[in-house]
Amino acid sequence: MSIETGTPAEAPAPTSTPEESRQWTARVRHAAESAFPPHQLLPDRQPAYMASWIYVFGVLTVVSLAWVIITGCILAIMGPSWWHVSSAGHLVNSLHLWSVEAFFFFMVIHLWGKFFMAAWRGNRRLTWATGVISFLASVGAAFTGYLSQQNFDSQWISTQAKDGINSTGAGAVWNVLNFGQMLMWHIVLLPIGVAAIAGLHVLLVRRHGIVPPFDESDADPAPATASAIAADEPA
Amino acid sequence: MFLGVLLGALINLNGSGHYIHWGFIQMSVANFVVIVLMIVVFVLAILLPFPKRKRGGQ
Repeated sequence: MSIETGTPAEAPAPTSTPEESRQWTARVRHAAESAFPPHQLLPDRQPAYMASWIYVFGVLTVVSLAWVIITGCILAIMGPSWWHVSSAGHLVNSLHLWSVEAFFFFMVIHLWGKFFMAAWRGNRRLTWATGVISFLASVGAAFTGYLSQQNFDSQWISTQAKDGINSTGAGAVWNVLNFGQMLMWHIVLLPIGVAAIAGLHVLLVRRHGIVPPFDESDADPAPATASAIAADEPA
Repeated sequence: MFLGVLLGALINLNGSGHYIHWGFIQMSVANFVVIVLMIVVFVLAILLPFPKRKRGGQ
C-alpha cells in the first residue's frame, strides 16, 4: 500500500493508477463503489408506487430488530438476578419480549406483502432468499430465547423440545437441555447471523430497488433511473 | 397502586391459558388473536390510502 504525502487539498483525483489498481484495498474499494454507489445506498428519491402502507413493514421490522438488540444488550449487562427481581429489570425484560413480538408481527406482514407482489421478480432472487433465511434464523433465535429465560417456563419448554429435536437426530450436537449451549446460541451465534443476513437483505434492497407493482414491472426501473417522484412531492 | 392498576394488563393474564381445538389443530387464543390482528393490519395496509405531503406549506 502506498502512502500519499501532502495536504488534503493536494490529494490525487479518485482515478486509479496502474500501481493502485493492483492493490487489494483499491480493488475492494472499487468493487464496493460499483456494487453500492452512494446515491443508491442512501437515496433521496423513490418511485411513486412506494407511497403505500404495505411498503412500511420492512423498515418497521428493522426498527423492531434494533430494539430487540438494544434491550438484549442491557439484559446481558445486568444479568438474570436483575431481570427477574427488580422493577427496571422487569421493564427491560418485557421490552425485549414485546419488541420480539413486534418484530415477528411486522416481519410476517412484510413477508405476506412481498409474497403476493412476487418480490423475487427483476433479479431480486437473492433479496428474497436472504429474507427467507433471516426469517428462519429469527425463529431459531426466538426458540433459544424461550430456553434462556431461567424460569419454570424455559424448563418446561426445553423438556418438551428435546423429544422433537432428538427425533431429527440433531440432539446429538444440539442439546436443548444444555442451558449454556442454548444461551450462547441465543446471545452470540444467532444474533450475529440474523443481523448479518438482515443487513445483507437491506443492502440488496438498496442495490436492486424496491419491487414494483405488477403493472409497472415491464419497465422495472432501477431506483436511480426510475421515473422517480421526489420524496417531498405528492405521489 | 392506582398507577399500577392503570398500567397493568387490561385482561388478567395470571390464569391458565385458553385454547382453541379444531380437529387435530390446537392453538392458544393469544396466538389466534395475534394472527387475526396480522390479517386485519395486512388488509388495512393495502386498502388505506397513504398520506400525501402538501407542497412547502403552500
